[in-house]
Amino acid sequence: MTTKNTLAQKTMPLYPAKTKIQVTIIFFVVLGIYTYSMIKTQEDMVGGFGGALGNMYTVIEKFFPPNFAILPAIWDSMMQTIQMAIIATTIAAILTVPLAVLSAQNITTFKPLYYLTRTLLNLLRTIPDLVLAVIFVGLFGIGVFPGILALTVFSLGILAKLISETIESVDMNPLEAMRASGGNVFQVIWYSLVPQIAPQFTSLVLYVFEINIRASVVLGMVGAGGVGLILNQQLKFYNYPNAMTVIIVIFATVLIIEYVSNKLREALL
Amino acid sequence: MIEFKNVGLVYPNGTEGLKNINVKINDGEFVVIVGLSGAGKSTFIRSINRLVTPTSGSLLVDNEDILKFKGKNLRKLRTKVGMIFQNYNLVKRTNVFKNVLAGRLGHTGTLRSIFNLYSKEDKALAYNNLNRVNIAEKLYNRADELSGGQQQRVSIARVLTQKPKYILADEPVASLDPPTSHQVMTYLKKINKEDNITTIVNLHFIDMAMEYADRIIGMRAGEVVFDGPVSEVTEKTFEEIYGRSIREDDLRGGAQE
Repeated sequence: MTTKNTLAQKTMPLYPAKTKIQVTIIFFVVLGIYTYSMIKTQEDMVGGFGGALGNMYTVIEKFFPPNFAILPAIWDSMMQTIQMAIIATTIAAILTVPLAVLSAQNITTFKPLYYLTRTLLNLLRTIPDLVLAVIFVGLFGIGVFPGILALTVFSLGILAKLISETIESVDMNPLEAMRASGGNVFQVIWYSLVPQIAPQFTSLVLYVFEINIRASVVLGMVGAGGVGLILNQQLKFYNYPNAMTVIIVIFATVLIIEYVSNKLREALL
Repeated sequence: MIEFKNVGLVYPNGTEGLKNINVKINDGEFVVIVGLSGAGKSTFIRSINRLVTPTSGSLLVDNEDILKFKGKNLRKLRTKVGMIFQNYNLVKRTNVFKNVLAGRLGHTGTLRSIFNLYSKEDKALAYNNLNRVNIAEKLYNRADELSGGQQQRVSIARVLTQKPKYILADEPVASLDPPTSHQVMTYLKKINKEDNITTIVNLHFIDMAMEYADRIIGMRAGEVVFDGPVSEVTEKTFEEIYGRSIREDDLRGGAQE
């Protein structure tokens, strides 16, 4: 009896041998990629880390002290950036709903439709936000409108993907009950799906809003309105103290918005 | 009246859920389907409201072959055939009242239901049904705040609000303790008698089947192996249905004698 037990202990590894070999191989491959890319990037850095530290002093000297006198002038375009993010997030949040439902495998049982929306969303996500901004600025000229469009498309890709995954993890039992009591597709979704995903939906929308604030700064640099436009101008004029003020304002705004939306999310979940 | 005529069902993976079923269930009956898990009880019951679709034969509900139903017809059938589930299937984050009103979905237009525009009568009906299962005081509680037995009572109220002609109950007491199980079965039986709603219940507890059923249908491996009034059923009948001797865990116990 005892010999049988010890034998069983010895011959029973926690994972099958095949899995172990696979995981080991994957580990070494990843390690190899890391090592290779580290060596390569080191080669490209001209001065190495020592040079970077020396340059840092020069950079900091140029940027400081920031010129806070321009604060009132920045204020308007900072608000413009926030407004862009709010509008884009709202539009994306609305458009997301049908797209997310159609790309959730458990709700859209009609396979071709599911694959179509999935592919569309994947395509959407592969376009970088900067490229979108460049395209829309080219189409509609410099200003807030192309910025809003770029942000909308950009956040739609992320949001629809995240929400469709939330939908796929939902408890299907209540949906079955609604279907069994004669509800049509819209009623089933509204009564048993929406209540289940509402908290996550709100939380994800807030998260995407934060991303949009940051992204809209970058978009401004290619002419899509907002505070990024000013930042870009000041940098081009080598007016570093002014640029530093813009950077500080952006930093403070992002921190405040993150703090508020974190609090909101905590309250929701 | 529900009539199974040579009904068979083969799942896409090749499993035979139902094999040549011929059963007639009369109005007002309280039928209990017994059998081990995997015997086809769930498939049988879910065929009646087309949550699963049999692949051969015909299934008549009120003399209409429901196997051909689609879209609007199907939804109409489902308003007539209410269902109770093992896991209650309430929307947990929604309050009890709204859960019960969801029973009216099949009778309410899409827009009206989305904006919660239920008629006074519907609301009164929902409230009365909560009262019938003695849980009206939990009206505005969220469903996940209730115990299992309370949730199952809410789901009974939901099904009643649907004003069904038939009630299907798929293992309604499998997740409950013995006293609560008897409470739930008592409500189902009472509703069957008072409202004359034909009730079909899946159970695997022998003692409960004997206590509440008018008629017992035994299933094994997708086939009906016994069908008769409860008076004809003995322990030997169950041994035949189960294909083995009766064990302790085939009994729920806790009956109020």
